[in-house]
Amino acid sequence: MGNASTDLRAENVSVSLGGRDILSHISLAFAPGRVTAILGPNGAGKSTLLTCLVGLRAPGHGRVTLEGSAILEMSARERARRIAYLPQTPEIAWGLDVRTFVRLGRTAHRGVFGESAADARAVDEALTSTGLSDFAARDIRTLSGGERARAHITRAFAGEPDWLVADEPLTGLDLGHQLDAADLLRRAAARGLGVVVSVHDLGFAVRAADRIVVMTEGQILSDGPPAEALTIEVLAKAYAVDARWVAGQSGALLDVIGRRGLS
Amino acid sequence: MKRASGIRLELGLLTLLAALSALSICAGRVWIPLTHLGGETDARWLIITALRLPRTLLGILVGAALGLSGASLQGYTRNPLADPGVLGVSAMAALGAVLTLFLNLGLGSPWILTAFAMGGAAVGVTLLILIAGPAGDAVSFLLAGVILSTIASAGVALALGLAPNPWASSEITTWLMGSLADRSIVDVQTAAPFIFLGGALLLTTGPALDALTLGETGARALGISLRRTQTTIAVGVGLACGAAVAVTGVIGFVGLIVPHAVRQFVGERPSRLLIPSALAGADLLLAADILVRATPHANEVHVSVAMAALGAPFFLGLLIAMRRKLA
Repeated sequence: MGNASTDLRAENVSVSLGGRDILSHISLAFAPGRVTAILGPNGAGKSTLLTCLVGLRAPGHGRVTLEGSAILEMSARERARRIAYLPQTPEIAWGLDVRTFVRLGRTAHRGVFGESAADARAVDEALTSTGLSDFAARDIRTLSGGERARAHITRAFAGEPDWLVADEPLTGLDLGHQLDAADLLRRAAARGLGVVVSVHDLGFAVRAADRIVVMTEGQILSDGPPAEALTIEVLAKAYAVDARWVAGQSGALLDVIGRRGLS
Repeated sequence: MKRASGIRLELGLLTLLAALSALSICAGRVWIPLTHLGGETDARWLIITALRLPRTLLGILVGAALGLSGASLQGYTRNPLADPGVLGVSAMAALGAVLTLFLNLGLGSPWILTAFAMGGAAVGVTLLILIAGPAGDAVSFLLAGVILSTIASAGVALALGLAPNPWASSEITTWLMGSLADRSIVDVQTAAPFIFLGGALLLTTGPALDALTLGETGARALGISLRRTQTTIAVGVGLACGAAVAVTGVIGFVGLIVPHAVRQFVGERPSRLLIPSALAGADLLLAADILVRATPHANEVHVSVAMAALGAPFFLGLLIAMRRKLA
């Protein structure tokens, strides 16, 4: 199904830390223009997989390729131009204004002489596309959690990457802001951006993702379109919960009944 | 908007520097108005060229080196309490300098002493980063700084004490409490090239320091090489700060106070702080040195004592403000 010349691929990737296998022989191919959600309980290896995908961690075995070439052999700058990565619990050390903050997304494009006209245009476009233009002069640290999550996504867009890999970008957001963020990612994917996000919220995954990958203990448990990947058996295995699919107004809904064996 | 206010600030600081330089040449035990100078036969001309000009130039160079080092260290460590003096980097430079005296190396040549001082400072920065860990928080950096400056100061005292030197105790004071008094144009010539080189290196770290606002992972994701940045900072601070300490001894708090003052005008973006911090550092040290000279007293107070008198309460204020923010 994949195409090696356009895909972001993990090929037989394994990582172990302190004798424990964090990832075991993961092979996945991600296609541009699609949103893939990585699901799984805490400690399943989602964050480790994402850091391998963006070239910030060298796997013990296997490799990651971007459009056919090994990601660890690309220069850091080249890699950063192609793939934007939003880490979990991102740090913001200084009180920058939102525009300056978003401009950090252009770091890998910077020439010797600082910001170019193309940089300024990309920043403006990113601010407009996420509706943050009115916040441009605000101190990033005075934004609410939802606005700040949007600022991080805006920063990623400003770099005009081909790929966005985000580690739980929605954690701590209320329902409305989750939907907003899901919408932003969907629209970016429609323009050709390849999106890989790890999430905890099953509802979000079902709603926003074209494809769901469920991981447990460093292995892939299931992989496919939401309704196929998130079967009752998979949920029971991954999270030890009982659940069922029910018919809802906007399509099938997942009804989580309770902890396995207690219901 | 921010850029314009940055340029305005830089022009203001330059103007202030020009005024302070003029004052620094006129002021001292004898007041010499520039307008009343006779020809080269005037005895006062000698005071100016042999004493006050080197002192003024050194004040500018060393102040700029310390201000710029402080701004880069604060940016790199994301810690507003970082300063080469407070964190023991300058003390390590002094230890390097004193080692040449202890080992009887290259007496008569200022270059070897300067080289050792710069080596000491670079080792100091590297140790600091190693002890505090790659993702060190404010507390670990301060603790690492306390360890480093205690060991380095004790090392200075020990080396001078063991050296066959009847003036050991006064030498210890000279190194650990820096001063600009009685320096010659040779000192300026010794320090200037390294301060310029180190300063130039530090100025190249701007984009990396900005990216580090997002933490180490965030910066790496933006394509920044942490190792290269760390090496540039260690070598840059080593050259600038080490050369400064080699000719003046340890002067603390300049690099702590200056970036904070500059942030009030241009915001917190680390790259925007570098040039104004160098200028403001020169202003601050020159002003403090003029004050020290103007103090009516038989023995001149060391300028580092004046900086400490100013810096320590400032440091306390910062700590209290940070605690409030955390609480």
